[in-house]
Amino acid sequence: MTYEAVVRVTLKEGVLDPEAKTIRKSLERLGFDIDDLHTADEYVVEFDAENKETAREEAEEMCEALLANPTIHDYTVEVR
Amino acid sequence: MTVAVLSFGGSNCDRDVVKAFGHIDVSAEVVWYKDEDDVADADAVVLPGGFSYGDYLRAGAMAARTPVMERVREHVENGAPVLGICNGAQILCESGIVQGAYAPNESAKFQCEPTYLRVETTDTPFTREFEEGDVIEIPIAHAEGRYVPDDLDALVDDDRVLFRYVNEDGDATDAANPNGSVDNIAGIVGETRNVAAMMPHPERASREILGSDDGLGVLAGFDACEDSKA
Repeated sequence: MTYEAVVRVTLKEGVLDPEAKTIRKSLERLGFDIDDLHTADEYVVEFDAENKETAREEAEEMCEALLANPTIHDYTVEVR
Repeated sequence: MTVAVLSFGGSNCDRDVVKAFGHIDVSAEVVWYKDEDDVADADAVVLPGGFSYGDYLRAGAMAARTPVMERVREHVENGAPVLGICNGAQILCESGIVQGAYAPNESAKFQCEPTYLRVETTDTPFTREFEEGDVIEIPIAHAEGRYVPDDLDALVDDDRVLFRYVNEDGDATDAANPNGSVDNIAGIVGETRNVAAMMPHPERASREILGSDDGLGVLAGFDACEDSKA
């Protein structure tokens, strides 16, 4: 069965996000009141797997192997 | 001694490195990443700067996972000198050959400028030409150069910080840190000390007319490693 994994990679808490800081400043300049802003990268991966659980495991392996860098990133996986 | 300067699609400092080696009579040649045998046969490896694979995903992430990196790993294990410069440093971190990661500069901009570096250890092939505490001038050119170590204590305790960004007087101040690197770290060596990752470009400081020839001291370490290959 084909599954779609949505992988979301974010910078770990405490790792400075200069891009987010710049975007936030621009939004504030446009008059928006911002409490916090983070950037994230999203990858949508389609692949065959036996069931939803093995699909999740494989997507997590992809994160560990390439999509995220464990030194600076956290990630979440949503399988559908 | 022949140094393989490993070129990936998007590497662009490969010829500059070969030319800089020419100034100190070290034989070096550009080797395409698919020519794995030529990499294996070399006595040492330089991973040059550039934008391998367009910096897709993260700088160095794709090149770090190419088969030729196994040959590079073998050189590291055999004690041969291996130096990653800029994108090459990012590749070494991404491959796990040295610890840590490079995040976007604190400025969120590409920065191309001269920097002063303090030599923090001379117990490596890349700094044996210097004295500890020497201040040298080598430029940077990167957007993702903010070094984040996995284990800073291990780096410091094992004397594995190669260079720190400093001011002209040799002080590691915040103002002298161009990219927000943790502890002003500009270069590190791996556990075996024969592999180094540095963001500044020694090949761009290889002639007085370029503003500095301090980079030749970094590259000269390869010359002294004539018999290092196992």
